[in-house]
Amino acid sequence: MIEAENIVYSIGGERILANIYATFQPGKITAILGPNGAGKSTLLKCLTGALTPDNGSVFLDGKNLWDYSLDALSRMRAVLSQSAPVNFPFTAHEIVTMGRNPYSFDKTDAWNSEIADDALALVDAWHLRDRSFPTLSGGEQQRVQFARVIAQIWERDEAYLFLDEPTSALDLKHQHHLLDLVQRLCREKRLTVVIVMHDLNLAYHCTDNCYFIKEGWIRGGGASRELINKDVISEIFDLAPEYAAMRFGGELSE
Amino acid sequence: MTAASKTIAIPFTRRRMKLPALLLLVLILAAASLVAMSIGAVPIPLGKIISVGLSEQQAAVLSSIRLPRVLLAIVVGAALAVSGAAMQGLFRNPLADPGLIGIATSAALAVAIVIVLAGPVTGYVGLYGMSVAAFIGALASCFAIFRLAKVTGSFSGTYMLLTGIAINALSAAGVGFLTFLSDDQQLRSLTFWTMGSLGGALWISVVVVTSIVVPAGIIMIRNARELNVLLLGENEARYLGVDAERLKRRIVICTALSVGAAISVSGIIGFVGLVVPHLIRLTLGPDHRLLMPASALLGAILLLAADTAARTIVAPAEMPVGVLTSLIGGPFFLWLLVRQYSGRPGL
Repeated sequence: MIEAENIVYSIGGERILANIYATFQPGKITAILGPNGAGKSTLLKCLTGALTPDNGSVFLDGKNLWDYSLDALSRMRAVLSQSAPVNFPFTAHEIVTMGRNPYSFDKTDAWNSEIADDALALVDAWHLRDRSFPTLSGGEQQRVQFARVIAQIWERDEAYLFLDEPTSALDLKHQHHLLDLVQRLCREKRLTVVIVMHDLNLAYHCTDNCYFIKEGWIRGGGASRELINKDVISEIFDLAPEYAAMRFGGELSE
Repeated sequence: MTAASKTIAIPFTRRRMKLPALLLLVLILAAASLVAMSIGAVPIPLGKIISVGLSEQQAAVLSSIRLPRVLLAIVVGAALAVSGAAMQGLFRNPLADPGLIGIATSAALAVAIVIVLAGPVTGYVGLYGMSVAAFIGALASCFAIFRLAKVTGSFSGTYMLLTGIAINALSAAGVGFLTFLSDDQQLRSLTFWTMGSLGGALWISVVVVTSIVVPAGIIMIRNARELNVLLLGENEARYLGVDAERLKRRIVICTALSVGAAISVSGIIGFVGLVVPHLIRLTLGPDHRLLMPASALLGAILLLAADTAARTIVAPAEMPVGVLTSLIGGPFFLWLLVRQYSGRPGL
């Protein structure tokens, strides 16, 4: 379980996050939703420790995030960032194998390499194995990076998985494929999944819980099926009700 | 799910090439050393070196002139190439090179300050003093580039090269000013540093440089796996258990030490740090575990070849080897730029 307590974060006097309280349950997928610039990615970075909040704390299993060593964290938590450009011609397989870095001493190279292969197959990227990563398309790169992230927590139950817009570059088939996979892993391995996303239909169908944030404040939290409806959408996204209905009316509960 | 599409594992060819590739490079280096030892004003036939059948004069030339020079070329070439590879990893940019981004010039500036203000330096104290000065100069410019990159959060090639140009210009201005101040003797030393030459090779310089470059090189190669992970990005590296700050600090210090030591005995020898890792990456891939040792060997081979050429093509005069490497490296760099930037406008 992840608990965020009173997270405050500002850059140059401008408040990005204000008094965020949130919990993320194991075995559940929790979405962080909201308009552009609402502070979604910033919140995710505070939860992973990439950013240090001005105030407040994050607890993993009741223990403060800052009391974990980098090594301990790397074995229980994986993070897929929004964009991770790589300028060097590593193969897809080499990139995924880097996800096994925490285990480079206690597992053999052959074992780590095999897990990288399995992870590639799982995200439907096995055929890209020996291609040079920088030459792959955006969506292909995203899938390979996702494979790296799941390779990192491959043998671990109850791990934490943070995904920042994991489907932004994917085609429809691979969006569903990836989210199905996340759902399956989440149930089977009781992962705690935190996912920042923009597609509200996908969030409605594929996540268990969600938080809406806007201008750095949490504006609502709860079960995705109850919370994601056109009234909330029109309010959070400043969208005229008829647009909200047009975009989401067919999909969402009234 | 789609695991069925996974067939027989394709052998990981790059890794299999690791040992043969390194062995081949060692053999070429050994051959190049023998050739370099035999060529020169006093010809020493290869057969005689191997069978130890040298005349007294030949033995003296070999032990007090050629051997230290060959060893110095090997150590300096290896130091520049490994530092180049490490720096490219550190900046996550394949265009980083100690010469291009102003590190070498800053080191030269520090050395120039020592020459002009402290007078002629000789012996171990002087050489180590010069190495320390060059190290501080190199470190200062590394630090400046990092700080400037951090302000904008940009490690892009363009930004870094432009920063490098500015630092280069500043350091060059400093060297120019010191040249203006210096007397004849100092002027000669300064010209020597800025053009780069291994002509001053002595056993003592071999000892000093080796004692700095070898430990620094070993530390860098030992961090190769973590350097690979750093290429994913600093946050990504941290998520994967790599202490990015500590790794960066370690690499910066080791490259500054190596480059500083190399420059203090040879002056500025450009492009070795850029060209060599590129050639290795093109043939053996970007994995630092192979890239760094292979770069060390190829850097040694290339600088040895360049130095041998520099002292023979215009014999009995000698061409500064730095001029030669820049003559070859400049066009190579342009080709690289064109190759990397063509069709990729946003880079």
